[in-house]
Amino acid sequence: MRRVTIPISDEDIRSLKVGDIVYLNGVMMTGRDAAHKFMIEHFIRNEVQPEDAALHEELKTLLDGGVIYHCGPVEKFHDDGSYSFVAAGPTTSIREEVYQPEVIAHFNLKGVIGKGGMGANTLQACQDQPAVYFHAVGGAASLIAQAVKEVIKVNKLELGVPEAMWVIRVEDFPVVVTMDSHGDSIHEQVEARSREKFAELIA
Amino acid sequence: MGDFNQINLTDAFVELIRRAATQLPADMENALNKAQEREDEGSAAKGAFETILKNVAMARQHSTPICQDTGTPIFEVKHPLGVSTRKLADHIRAAAALATERNYLRPNAVDSLTGENSGDNTGEDFPTMHFHEWDNAHIHVDVLLKGGGCENVSAQYKLPDARLKGGRDLDGVRRVVLDSVMQAQGKGCAPAVLGVAVGGDRGSSYIKSKQQLFRKLEDTNENEELAALEDRLYEETNELGIGPMGFGGKTSVLGVKIGTMHRLPASYFVSVAYMCWANRRAHMDVRLNGEEVEVQYA
Repeated sequence: MRRVTIPISDEDIRSLKVGDIVYLNGVMMTGRDAAHKFMIEHFIRNEVQPEDAALHEELKTLLDGGVIYHCGPVEKFHDDGSYSFVAAGPTTSIREEVYQPEVIAHFNLKGVIGKGGMGANTLQACQDQPAVYFHAVGGAASLIAQAVKEVIKVNKLELGVPEAMWVIRVEDFPVVVTMDSHGDSIHEQVEARSREKFAELIA
Repeated sequence: MGDFNQINLTDAFVELIRRAATQLPADMENALNKAQEREDEGSAAKGAFETILKNVAMARQHSTPICQDTGTPIFEVKHPLGVSTRKLADHIRAAAALATERNYLRPNAVDSLTGENSGDNTGEDFPTMHFHEWDNAHIHVDVLLKGGGCENVSAQYKLPDARLKGGRDLDGVRRVVLDSVMQAQGKGCAPAVLGVAVGGDRGSSYIKSKQQLFRKLEDTNENEELAALEDRLYEETNELGIGPMGFGGKTSVLGVKIGTMHRLPASYFVSVAYMCWANRRAHMDVRLNGEEVEVQYA
């Protein structure tokens, strides 16, 4: 078990290997389908328009050495205008595969958190940047919500509660490195082993 | 004597939903505890089970959802003769909306064409409900909260299956169930409970496969051949080594439950309802005792 603080240095990222259990601390941002599509269309593949410039600058600072969490939380809206996370487990990451490498490169992301693993393009991006894929425990929504100590702000709430970009401060958020910056992926290894066993069982 | 058609069961349904969303059934928690003990010290698999078990305890303590994807609420209602199922359906819809307001459910019903979220877990044929008349004098309700991740890896096969060398027999069933677990890897939030239906048409087969998920893990199939296949599939699916979340490990499946239906001579469907470790099922019995309404949860 290792504690890692965000922003994460390249040296720390390179020291992480698949199978490592990590507790993340610091400020990160949630982002799933609509958020990734927005970043690609408004910041990365097209010229940044004046109305998006302030958010772009904010994210460039927030995500430099930072982490995006694939998550659509259950949110409590308090009377004083603040928010808190009620349940906040990871969502399936593979849906972001088409966007993830560009988002990692554009913002110098050091990690993405989600579940189910990602594909070859993201694995390559993890080697190039360097960065890693952190696997959270799917369904551990109440526990992870407790690790969210503060909801600092929300951007793009008009995308809907699950799809908005929530900026959160976490303490000891438990994850496992399942894709590292050296080209290794637990998902590939486990699938290959299970495929062998499967062939025996149906021989 | 009271009349089921004159009472409003909305609050009882809200409590049933709250229990399902926030309290994992005891047989599931026991099985997860045993699975955690089996994994190697310091492994990612052991860590995953520890996190799962802590989360289960926390959700129960704070009355918050075990998983933020509170899924499709599926209601199976058994009722005596003369009960208005239209009224019961109204109460279930009202309860889904109230449970959403109280954060037991995430707003999860989206218009299939516009993508607009109804905001309260009601909509066209949402939640899912099935009503069955029975001979007893009381109402019995089973509810299952079936998340999207595991629903996406559920599967239907038709036998024979040349790729898997599966014929129209229980060995064919064994092959396709193994294949479904193999294909799912960790993506359906393993370890799973598998509800399997053999026979029926494509639609009835999927419904039957989900109904198997209401059986307790220790429940043994009355049919000896099916009981033996359930045991064998439990052993063999775990030999695949997928482990919790697909991290690799000794436990990939916590239980296999198989049901059968009559089928056409021309068809042999096998449906596999893959349920994540957060197998959120709850039950309630509603009885009339004179003018008193008695509600029991399990």
